[in-house]
Amino acid sequence: MTAGPIVFTRHGMVRGARAAVPLIIGLVPFGVVTGIACQGAGLSLLEAVLMSASVFGGAAQLLVLGNWASPAPVIAATLAAFTVNLRLLLMGPVLSPWFDRLRGWRLWGSLFLLVDQNWGLALKEMNAGGRDAGWIFGSGLVMWLQWVVLTAVGHTLGAVLKVPPGHPLFFCGLAVFVSMLAGMWRGRLDVVPWIVASGVAVGVSLLWPGTFYYIVAGAIAGSLTGAIRDTWRA
Amino acid sequence: MSLDPWTLAAIVGMALATYACRAGGYWLFSKIRPTAFLRSVLSYIPGTLFVSFVLPALVNGGLQPTAGAVVTLGVMLRTRSLAWSMLAGTAAAWAVWSLR
Repeated sequence: MTAGPIVFTRHGMVRGARAAVPLIIGLVPFGVVTGIACQGAGLSLLEAVLMSASVFGGAAQLLVLGNWASPAPVIAATLAAFTVNLRLLLMGPVLSPWFDRLRGWRLWGSLFLLVDQNWGLALKEMNAGGRDAGWIFGSGLVMWLQWVVLTAVGHTLGAVLKVPPGHPLFFCGLAVFVSMLAGMWRGRLDVVPWIVASGVAVGVSLLWPGTFYYIVAGAIAGSLTGAIRDTWRA
Repeated sequence: MSLDPWTLAAIVGMALATYACRAGGYWLFSKIRPTAFLRSVLSYIPGTLFVSFVLPALVNGGLQPTAGAVVTLGVMLRTRSLAWSMLAGTAAAWAVWSLR
């Protein structure tokens, strides 16, 4: 599939960084809203920037910030970040033709900078025969930098605007998932698994309000249904 | 510029949990050979995970997020643009909110 060995060069990083620039347009509202949510939850600017720099996951951050309390809900926040980001578990293995050739900071740093958007682009680049694994590091770094800056901008704006919780601006976080869902539809084979996932997720969310187990419960139920059906048919 | 110890603990917990997901999947798969059944389960995870995230939020959130989601999805299918679909969806949710 790929001609020649996998490399990791500055040139690849720059190309990845360039490719990630258009993604900024999509992330501006998301990042600013996350900053506003930080401010609304009572986090200081330092705490907001620390959270975005170390977690670097908007969906998890928005979900946690929407359910923030004082003192900070340490266990609930950790569990929520884990359940919302479980999907990242599945993204790394897909890029293993690149990652298997990397060691040290190049490998673990690239994994830290992996998010849905640059993963999607990197996958396209890899499947098109791209051999420079610096691509993912460069694209991820651009997204990380702007994520931290946008959080700070949003936090500052939030202090001026005083956006109340439940404001439709926070719909932005859900909108990212809705729009990415459009690209995940593969056709008829997804019908039954998606229906099972929806039913189980809604049921668990009603039975166990205030927790996030419904996300994983729905995903496992739906995926098992699909896999069992496919195995049965094969 | 305050830094509350509980808030810091929550941030560290979230950061560790998130990195465990980012690096853990790759690490695990480089150690084991997944069976055909497991690979099949994994192929369904992305879609079912996102559906499980979105649907309960709509059911529990009512008209405002549902209107936003319908518009987001419609614009996404038409333009394939994350930016436009998010802006249009948020505008729709906002419109419903201001009409209440």
